[in-house]
Amino acid sequence: MKDTGMAKRLARDRARRGLLYFCAGLTCCILLTMIGEILYRGLGSLTWKLVSTQSSYLRNTIGILPNILNTLYIIFVALVIALPVGVGAAVYLTEYAASKRLVRVIEFATETLTGIPSILFGLVGMLVFLQLLGLQEGILAGGLTLVVMILPTIIRTTQESLKTVPDAWREGALALGAGKWRVVRTVVLPNAMDGILTGCILAAGRIVGESAALLFTAGFGFVLNDFAGSLQSSSATLTVALYVYASERGETGVAFAIACLLLLLTLLLNLAADRAAKKFKNREAPVCRKS
Amino acid sequence: MRKRKAALEQLMRMVFLLCGIVSVAFVLLISVYLIIAGLPAIREIGLWKFLFGTKWAPTFSEPAYGILPFILTSIYGTAGAALLGVPLGVLTAVFLAKAAPPRAASLLHTAVELLAGIPSVVYGLVGMILLVPAIQRLFGLSSGACLLAAILVLAVMILPSIVSVSENALRAVPEEYEQASLALGATGTETWFRVSLPAAKSGVAASIVLGLGRAIGEAMAIIMVSGNVANMPGLFRSVRFLTTAVASEMSYAAVGSLQRQALFSIGLVLFLFIMLLNAFLNLVIKKGGGRR
Repeated sequence: MKDTGMAKRLARDRARRGLLYFCAGLTCCILLTMIGEILYRGLGSLTWKLVSTQSSYLRNTIGILPNILNTLYIIFVALVIALPVGVGAAVYLTEYAASKRLVRVIEFATETLTGIPSILFGLVGMLVFLQLLGLQEGILAGGLTLVVMILPTIIRTTQESLKTVPDAWREGALALGAGKWRVVRTVVLPNAMDGILTGCILAAGRIVGESAALLFTAGFGFVLNDFAGSLQSSSATLTVALYVYASERGETGVAFAIACLLLLLTLLLNLAADRAAKKFKNREAPVCRKS
Repeated sequence: MRKRKAALEQLMRMVFLLCGIVSVAFVLLISVYLIIAGLPAIREIGLWKFLFGTKWAPTFSEPAYGILPFILTSIYGTAGAALLGVPLGVLTAVFLAKAAPPRAASLLHTAVELLAGIPSVVYGLVGMILLVPAIQRLFGLSSGACLLAAILVLAVMILPSIVSVSENALRAVPEEYEQASLALGATGTETWFRVSLPAAKSGVAASIVLGLGRAIGEAMAIIMVSGNVANMPGLFRSVRFLTTAVASEMSYAAVGSLQRQALFSIGLVLFLFIMLLNAFLNLVIKKGGGRR
């Protein structure tokens, strides 16, 4: 009697184990199909000509150089603005804030921003930057919209790394007569650099993958512009271009080539983020900047 | 000299405070703007007719602005994605955290991270090329772009966030719990399912709500596979979500028209949905936090 009970339990154990392996296997399969499909259909169309020219209706050729540049421009614009603000916010939260209540309010706001769907950022970005402030569709309006989106990422990662700077180092600097700002500038921030870098990389990843927020703010333009020109003229990033090529022009080959490029970029950014994160775990001695 | 230094300190404190308040300002700005932009159309159409009208036809000679099809599609789509994605994700997380040999675990973990980083339009593209024709052939439909395709794409999209958050929660379960269970003679899986999972339930719940949030807010991936017609939802019907309704009509709705304003109202409804979900998430996490 007892033995059959045990045997039943062992059989159930094996069945459950099988279920776990099945689920993990299924997840693996889905992933491999995704990646395999993208590489299989995309690598063939990913030619040098495609990535180094712009589309021309006259010659009936397609090139995605403008979209690659637009993606880089928009990463630059968004990070240049979001980085100081985000790092500043994190410094305030960990170093300055005296009122717990205000900290809670700010952290709640940051969490709320994380949860808002990107299409809503696009809507509000269009209302505020285009209609209210009178900007043209372009990299500037798109970048400003993305600033709001990536701010939480930068604040959170910076905050995490500021928390790992030992208090003793701050106290040491304070005891030597440094003011709070000088402590932040010469001791806290230099030692949190890797965390800030991680935040930047993660934010760049989000920007690369973003499309819904950019439809009505950065626009659909496919013309090659220099940086200054793209700020105020409609400019499609890689993701938006993928959407247009796939669903409106039926150019699935080009779309998959862009997908390939995006996959590669994602992989690179992931590796870079891992690298940066590992580095800031190995912190031993303080980095001090001379004032 | 000392005075100048004190002034600088004061100034920097203000600068940092300002940076901190920026995100609060953004949230307020977004809420206020969505309400200002979303209310006029609701007032003109009537709340009841707007929310529960079953017909969306803004360009007809007798325009109708009912968004019930979008609301239901969003709810069904999210629920369907959760139904498929949650069990698969949570069980994969159990495998990763408990059953997997370390090397397989780290490999699969990297893979899941990569999956999390892939842009949503790429999911849409693969769905469009792989899923849509497959569904069309399998069920003999005239077009495979339907709610089912959108559900499948969403299920795959929410998988990474469910797996990674659940995995972290499962790894954080104190080892003593599991050892005690094993010492009492429980088998491995009995321990994982009856001790580890219940102990990690707040983290697992958080991962589910996170996945739901991603699913309900997604636009670009499903616009490519759902057919984009304002039907009442049906598994094999071409449908439109709250998000895709905004994304697909905004570019050609005339400025100042009721259609455009109604799109902002849809945005407001979506915003309220997300807020409710967030409030629920906070409740879940707080409850979980009080347990230990």
